[in-house]
Amino acid sequence: MVLKYRFEGYEIEVKDNEILLNLGPQHPSTHGLCRLVIKMEGEKVKEIIPVIGYLHRGVEKICENRSYIQIIPITDRMDYLSSMNNNFAYVLAVEELLGLKIPERAEYLRVIAAELNRIASHLLFIATFGMDIGSFTAFMYGFRDREMILDLLEEMAGARMLYNYMRIGGVKRDVGKEFFERCLKVLDKLEEKLKDYERFFLENELFINRTKGIGILKPEDAIKLGVTGPNLRASGVKYDIRRVDPYSIYDRFDFNVITDNGCDSYARFIVRLKEIKESMKIVRQAIRDIPEGDISARVPKVIRPPEGEVYSRVESPRGELGVYIYSDGKSDKPYRIKFRVPSFANLSAFPHFNKGIMLADLIVSFASIDIVLGDIDR
Amino acid sequence: MLNMISYELLLFVLAPILILVFLSLDVLFLTWLERKVIARIQLRYGPNRTGPFGLLQPLADALKLIQKEDIIPKTADKVVFTLAPIISFVAASLPFMFIPFSKFFQISFIENALIFLLATSALSAIGILLAAWGSNSKYPLLGGMRAIVQVLSYEIPLVLAVLSIVLIVGSFKLTDIVEFQEKNTWLILLQPLGFLIFFISGLAEASRVPFDLPESESELVAGFHTEYSGMKFALLLFAEYIHLILISILITIFYLGGWLIPGIYYLENIAITIGNSFNIPSHISISILHFIILIIKAHIIIFLILWITRGTLFRIRVYSLPVFSWKGLVPLSMINLIITAILVVM
Amino acid sequence: MNEEDIVKRLKEKFGDRIEAKIKRKKRIFIMIDREDLIEVSNYLFKELDFKFFSTITAVDFPDRFECIYHISRHDGILILLKVRIPKNDPRVKSIVTIWPGANWHEREAYDLMGIIFEGHPDLRRIFLPEDFKGHPLRKDFKLQEAKWF
Repeated sequence: MVLKYRFEGYEIEVKDNEILLNLGPQHPSTHGLCRLVIKMEGEKVKEIIPVIGYLHRGVEKICENRSYIQIIPITDRMDYLSSMNNNFAYVLAVEELLGLKIPERAEYLRVIAAELNRIASHLLFIATFGMDIGSFTAFMYGFRDREMILDLLEEMAGARMLYNYMRIGGVKRDVGKEFFERCLKVLDKLEEKLKDYERFFLENELFINRTKGIGILKPEDAIKLGVTGPNLRASGVKYDIRRVDPYSIYDRFDFNVITDNGCDSYARFIVRLKEIKESMKIVRQAIRDIPEGDISARVPKVIRPPEGEVYSRVESPRGELGVYIYSDGKSDKPYRIKFRVPSFANLSAFPHFNKGIMLADLIVSFASIDIVLGDIDR
Repeated sequence: MLNMISYELLLFVLAPILILVFLSLDVLFLTWLERKVIARIQLRYGPNRTGPFGLLQPLADALKLIQKEDIIPKTADKVVFTLAPIISFVAASLPFMFIPFSKFFQISFIENALIFLLATSALSAIGILLAAWGSNSKYPLLGGMRAIVQVLSYEIPLVLAVLSIVLIVGSFKLTDIVEFQEKNTWLILLQPLGFLIFFISGLAEASRVPFDLPESESELVAGFHTEYSGMKFALLLFAEYIHLILISILITIFYLGGWLIPGIYYLENIAITIGNSFNIPSHISISILHFIILIIKAHIIIFLILWITRGTLFRIRVYSLPVFSWKGLVPLSMINLIITAILVVM
Repeated sequence: MNEEDIVKRLKEKFGDRIEAKIKRKKRIFIMIDREDLIEVSNYLFKELDFKFFSTITAVDFPDRFECIYHISRHDGILILLKVRIPKNDPRVKSIVTIWPGANWHEREAYDLMGIIFEGHPDLRRIFLPEDFKGHPLRKDFKLQEAKWF
């Protein structure tokens, strides 16, 4: 007997020996409000249909009705785990429209903020990944270390999650010398902690057994399906926006683009773990080189960019984050603004490389692509 | 003064009640212990608001569960759904009938206690399967299936490990096993491999991390008890903890000498003296002493289980679970059995 | 191959049918008509090695729709391939066969802007519920603000 189900315009046939499992929207390991409809035979997954939109707020439409400055806090709320990078992408786009030159100190502060935020985001990935594999201890450890970074970011921006730190033409406020000292101290501490992680995860047979060879994403598929960020680099493709299309002052720093040829969940974990170290390297260099000076360029009170369009992109912790703005030159509101979010493309690739996987492995693979639903649904 | 026969009669009536009360209290204590130990490992405080060190937290939880509305899902099979928690609770407590808490304190003094014990301890899987099936929902069903696979795979190495002990001791009576250890040495020294096999299979039997697959939170929401709430959920939880107590007591009796500790004779003498001053017959005071020692030892094992596994390990991959048993533990326990047999014959 | 070479080769191949200009370093803007989309895309993909598909932006201009395909190369050169679509007939060929990663982006553009991608394997709404009326990112869809705002 074949049963037919229909949801969100999608029709699916389920045979006698198959079951249709609704993973989400309320499920411990969907990282927000993602719904995966899974057709399984036993525990073997035969088809995955992601259903998204539970967090859809219409950010792009809201932005069209806000002035340029009012949009900055809205970008915070897209990918709420890497708000600094969202701010960064947006202000870069507007500055390019305006043709603004940013003071050196502001550029350095932005880089420090963005990289610290990347570390925090990757630590959270490690935490949630550990929990999805069944170790709540890993979860607590990840959160503890993320807390140190959040304290630093709080000192910079005054907020712990939704920073609203960057401004068109600069940053919101300056930090003192003590901040850099504290920052370096935290980085040293974190370096020690990272060794703990390596011991906790990489020397654990059970962890290796659960992640090695799970969710294999071949490099050619990864490129074809539009995967970016650490997920792409874990497939051995050396593609990092900070390197190939340098924005801000990233061409001044010496850091490695981490790649791994494993293509599996394990590789995706390793890449993120190593990227934390690279980010730490960048922060250290930035603190070494940061000059004194202004933190904001002279910007008119009402921002009314000339007619034109721009697409700027940054490497967010999850991949390529792009902002397209079209300004009609008349109003102080963007005519059209579009956010190219990394998690969206990464999730769209997910069903393709996970066919035939087992349910428990699906969870691991799903956790390893590190998506944020606020980012996907916007 | 009670003589030996009336003592047995008394045991038959009183002991089950005593043991059930003890088990219930111990489960409450264990939930507290688990939360506290895990919390300390995970840089948290754990329960610390209710009573000293949060010791009353389990009571508060139990009260909450009792007050909760008893929900039976519309599509569930009502009879099975209601019966399942009771069955798993009863099945989990049954093996305690055959466990000697002391030389003189055992509910049923039958010859083949070990066989009955193993048979009854495997019954709890039926409760889980009934709960899973009765819920008529997909996550519990998947959890139930996993539970059955787990029990089927790990019962065999467990039994084989116990068999080698039986070979050495030459008796199915648990008191004989302890007596053997009293005369010779603790069996963990004679059976180190068997101890490891029993420990791992025991973890799987009690479905503790890394073998907590039937209820793996991140995959199956809550596994077989997804649909349960209130007292039914509490009963399932009780069954699980009782299973943990059972496994740790068995480990103690089989490998760690039961109620034996160095210097037990002095302690026994002291107990008898104290007992005499209160007009308590000597075998009762000895029983109480043995019981306390056994329980303390068992709780040390439980603490180790919480510390080593729950605190530091990940969940095992479902599909390597039966493989690990059939290709790893079963052959190992076979070899262990054969070597033991040869040594015993020689 | 730098930006100038790419523009030169595109001009050689398509001549008048294409307007291309280099906006800044690593940014090329191309404007084409919708009939040429598949041909240009194939050329970009196969000959010029534009493998990384970023996204599709649909813009609602007063006189036309525009679909902007953001496609980049492994060395970071990014093309904004703009396709003009008439207002009364918002249809364009799907490019899922060339860049499979465009699948969801086309669904998004369909959902929010109402552009129909012909030949898309599974063109459904993606964010909004199936029975939603209208396409919110069009300019004639007015945002209802709360009164106190």
